[in-house]
Amino acid sequence: MDAELLYASAGFILFVLGIWSLLLHRLLIRKLIALNIMGSGVFHLLIATAEHHGEPADPVPHALVLTGIVVAVSATALALSFGRALRGDGDD
Amino acid sequence: MTDSLVLALVVPLAGALLVTALPAHAARIGLFSVMLNTLNIALLTLGVWQHDELQLALGDWAPPLGIGFVADGLSAAMLAMTALVSLAISVYAGDYFRDPARARHFWPLWLLLLTSLNGLFLAADLFNLYVNLELLGLSAAALGALGGQRTALEANLRYLLVGLLGSMTYLLGVALIYSGFSTLDFAQLAAQLARGDAAASGLLGATALGLMVMGLALKAALFPLHFWLPPAHGSAPAPVSAALSALVVKAAFYLILRLWLEVFAPLTTQGAANLLGLLGAGAVLWGSWQALRAERLKLLAAYSTVAQLGYLFLFFPILQGLPAGETRSNLFAAVTLMALAHGFAKSGLFLAAGFVQQQAGHDRIAELGTTLQQLPATTLTLALAGTALIGLPPSGSFVAKWLLLGGAMANGQWWWVLVLLAGTLLAVAYVFRLMTRAFGLEPTPRHFFTQARAEGPALLLAAMATGVLGVATAPLWHLLGTSGGLG
Repeated sequence: MDAELLYASAGFILFVLGIWSLLLHRLLIRKLIALNIMGSGVFHLLIATAEHHGEPADPVPHALVLTGIVVAVSATALALSFGRALRGDGDD
Repeated sequence: MTDSLVLALVVPLAGALLVTALPAHAARIGLFSVMLNTLNIALLTLGVWQHDELQLALGDWAPPLGIGFVADGLSAAMLAMTALVSLAISVYAGDYFRDPARARHFWPLWLLLLTSLNGLFLAADLFNLYVNLELLGLSAAALGALGGQRTALEANLRYLLVGLLGSMTYLLGVALIYSGFSTLDFAQLAAQLARGDAAASGLLGATALGLMVMGLALKAALFPLHFWLPPAHGSAPAPVSAALSALVVKAAFYLILRLWLEVFAPLTTQGAANLLGLLGAGAVLWGSWQALRAERLKLLAAYSTVAQLGYLFLFFPILQGLPAGETRSNLFAAVTLMALAHGFAKSGLFLAAGFVQQQAGHDRIAELGTTLQQLPATTLTLALAGTALIGLPPSGSFVAKWLLLGGAMANGQWWWVLVLLAGTLLAVAYVFRLMTRAFGLEPTPRHFFTQARAEGPALLLAAMATGVLGVATAPLWHLLGTSGGLG
């Protein structure tokens, strides 16, 4: 129970830290890292809910996290290509 | 009949893959896929009309293991609007993106956008919704930046980041729900909540609902989270602006409506609904005021979207206060009608604005007089769309606003009526500010249509919002399972 709670709270703290730096930073790359940290926070929380005390872990959250990672990678890629297009214009 | 639920995803997705594989024929294949989609959605709507609800368990895996798809009256109404609007936009876009290089980028993204919209309206699972929301956000931001100018890139990068923040917040809510209820299926969640299993899960559920609604409100551009909308919608190519304003923000609103009124109904309170209504009132006043002050036609249209979304949120506090019964189901049908009418009117307005911009070379309202006078069909489109935005009879929004007014009075919440009046008055001002440009001393043009393929779809959309939806409300009422119908 304690490890599970620790994991879930760590996830929540990561999420809040992510929001904080997303709103605080101006640079695109920092914003993107912040968004990914937020995502990791949610994934932590989901994994923590898979714990089933002695029984085999619930597989559904794992599937959700895998899907979430795929989505996060594509979103990051699109945002980075936006950043590149903006830089390509000349001044940054 | 349930085949049409699968086809609603397969047809546009297959179209998207085909246009990517055969870019030389992108425009033809794209338009054909959209037509097929419209046909399929017509069948789906017919199915819902006959059976009230269509359900599908993919591969015969029942929820919670499988992902459920459900089409009820509300989904069917949104799907039908999306299909018709996207058909008109596609016809227009074939003309707008004549340059093959741009067409090659437009069609795959546009069909993916359509796929994710269809998926969103059919999904009955919180996580499946998240995936569709992300697909929608990614394809919408990429479409918005197709123009390639620096302002468009900046506005749409911001739109993308805001969208991601919104969907992350939504996902956190989903994770909380799963930790408390061990299911993400709508029907199972609603059943557990109705039983009121544990006090703790009530608090957990309310927190999760709050997070999900906050994330979705960011995507639906609810005041004061609307800051990203005007630059993004104002800088996108015209067919894309039309889709963003009419369909994409509407999808986020649809989800809030569904979660608030159906799945999580036992957890919602009057206070929380009042907050949504208050933000809606802020949106109506601020959006209309900014639309009145806008110097560019597309910005006017974008701010008017902020205001019109505000009206949709005004329905929440009044629906919350009403007991189940005829008044309530009428009001529920009214909020749907309002969303549909705005979808048709705003897409027509944006398409017309795009054509005006192409003809005049700019869209500064003060200098549009000559151009408007040379384009009678487009001017008529702007006038018809404006009629629906104001809410004059016989538009669909007139019926919706009338029912909202009645609901507010029946409920004793008269203060919302003041917002309605002020918003309507401001809408009259911003629409007439535009329309006065169309009358002057120029010689009368000889042709009604200058370019039928560009002006026709816009005119049909605007006519749908003002002519058809306001007069023929009975089918919508039947689709939503409500007796009666007002016209």
